[in-house]
Amino acid sequence: MYTFILRRLLSTIPVLLVVAVLVFLILRLTPGDPAAILAGDAASTEQIAQIRSSLGLDRSIPVQFGIWAGNLLQGEFGRSYFYKMEVTLLIAQRIEPTLALAALTILIAVAVSIPLGVIAAWRFGGWFDRALMGFSVLGFSVPVFVLAYILIWIMSLKLGWFPVQGYKRLADGFWPFLHHLILPAITLSVIYIALIARVTRASVLEALGEDYIRTARAKGLPEARVLMRHALANAAVPIATVIGIGIALLIGGVVVTESVYAIPGLGRLTVDAVLARDFPTVQAVILLFSFAYVLINLVVDMSYVVFDPRIRY
Amino acid sequence: MDTQALSVESANIARRESAWQRLQRHWSVRIGSAVLALLVLAALCAPWLGTVDPTLFDAASRDLRPGQSGEITTLDGELIKHQFLMGSDSFGRDIYSRVIYGTRVSLLVGIATAVLALAFGIVFGLSAGYLRWLDGPLMRVMDGLMAIPAILLAITLVAMWRASLITVVVAIAITEVPRVTRLVRSLVLSIREEPYVEAAVSLGTPTWRIMFGHILPNCIAPLIVQGTYICASAILVEAILSFLGVGLPPDIPTWGNIMSEGRVQFMAYPHNLFFPGVFLAVTVLAVNILGDGLRDTLDPKMARRL
Repeated sequence: MYTFILRRLLSTIPVLLVVAVLVFLILRLTPGDPAAILAGDAASTEQIAQIRSSLGLDRSIPVQFGIWAGNLLQGEFGRSYFYKMEVTLLIAQRIEPTLALAALTILIAVAVSIPLGVIAAWRFGGWFDRALMGFSVLGFSVPVFVLAYILIWIMSLKLGWFPVQGYKRLADGFWPFLHHLILPAITLSVIYIALIARVTRASVLEALGEDYIRTARAKGLPEARVLMRHALANAAVPIATVIGIGIALLIGGVVVTESVYAIPGLGRLTVDAVLARDFPTVQAVILLFSFAYVLINLVVDMSYVVFDPRIRY
Repeated sequence: MDTQALSVESANIARRESAWQRLQRHWSVRIGSAVLALLVLAALCAPWLGTVDPTLFDAASRDLRPGQSGEITTLDGELIKHQFLMGSDSFGRDIYSRVIYGTRVSLLVGIATAVLALAFGIVFGLSAGYLRWLDGPLMRVMDGLMAIPAILLAITLVAMWRASLITVVVAIAITEVPRVTRLVRSLVLSIREEPYVEAAVSLGTPTWRIMFGHILPNCIAPLIVQGTYICASAILVEAILSFLGVGLPPDIPTWGNIMSEGRVQFMAYPHNLFFPGVFLAVTVLAVNILGDGLRDTLDPKMARRL
């Protein structure tokens, strides 16, 4: 088990290295000179050159990558060109809303989608099953920002249940914090619910066809226990897998949702930094998101041992 | 003639016909392709559907409600009366015309991205699956690309290049290529063990010919299904890029751009967001439904998995 964890951890290193090189190359091999943007329209050629050399942008690309990667290993993400502060500090300021939004979204999605998927599989082919499958195709198709505005329109403007936009820090009290977060989390969870419910239904359906289900029913177990203890427990591995894969979807959704609901998180930071050609910030945020994605899927791989004792590493 | 060979052949033809008929009878395929046909028609016939030039504006016709009439100045400076079926935006442009012309962009981006991603994915996937020395390095790059969340990668790529139809398509295609590559590679790995590939190898068939002539044709069904899903997701991502302000330039009427401009006035004039939003959702839904139908009929193995 421990050797497996170690091996898996080591195997993420080449992936992250490739990500680092790709991100670095994308930002450096494209038109658009951050020195010129920083200097503004009135700057002379000499001033631009001076800014360029102060940022280290006048050196060759491999040298720049070497310096950047070296700093990265020491936990240094560099200084933001645009916000004029350490990127590490910038991320620390912006990470709370994003983490809170993601956590609440996953919580809602798992709590809603798994029961729905189990019921649909239990009543396979019935109206509930067909309604859920219809909802799931719809969930994949309605863009997250369209859904966001529909929900704001109904829940905030018409019913007045939730604030329209904005974010309250956890330090400002738990209820205001949660109150501002619920609508964005519901918005973001819809596509995730569609994804998880679909896979839950399919894998529970497969488990329900097994012999041990017939045995469990034959010995007179209550149907709820058959579904939860026998069918769902045996369907856990694919469900865990899809929750992990869905994190990529979630991160993409975070960027859009934060923009619509004016939440000052990492997603907004990404868009702003990209538009300002703030290389160090963009690099750091993309690396961070990719690292989170890889890490969560590593944890998902580990969880197989818990869900299915037959799996041994 | 050998009667057994003949009967096998006719059985094959019968099965192929029934696959095509199954496709035509499948409700998802019917509904999806009917809606898409309407949208394609709207995109092609945009100038004759009661639209005006989508870039025309008139200060006197700002922020009209859907259905109101107003005036609009043509490029010749002529003032014409026009009914704003879906209202107008804060510049006094006709939302209906912009939405109809926006159909062109969305469909073009969806189809072009799918074709591009499939083409590169096929080449990379065949190479990784068949040329073993390439497999390791190529798949490491693909793993790295897949680890970057797709929308982030697309935003970055488009913002770094100058946003145009081509850069948007290429950027979205880059995020989809790794998935196609993986799919093709896994298909190749199972197909290359088939006896007919072995036979071709032993007859001295050149490698490129085995790859494209013997292996590729057997990957077509899952690739068509994958292609429709890429098309749906590309339409969504293009709208998201435009909406966030990093996509196509604002003077091009796209659904995302219309919504991006309308979001400031969302509370007073929700029609700016409503109509393009509905078109976007219906289009993506139609493509997804078509994809599900194709998957059920063409690719039974995948249908069983989901």
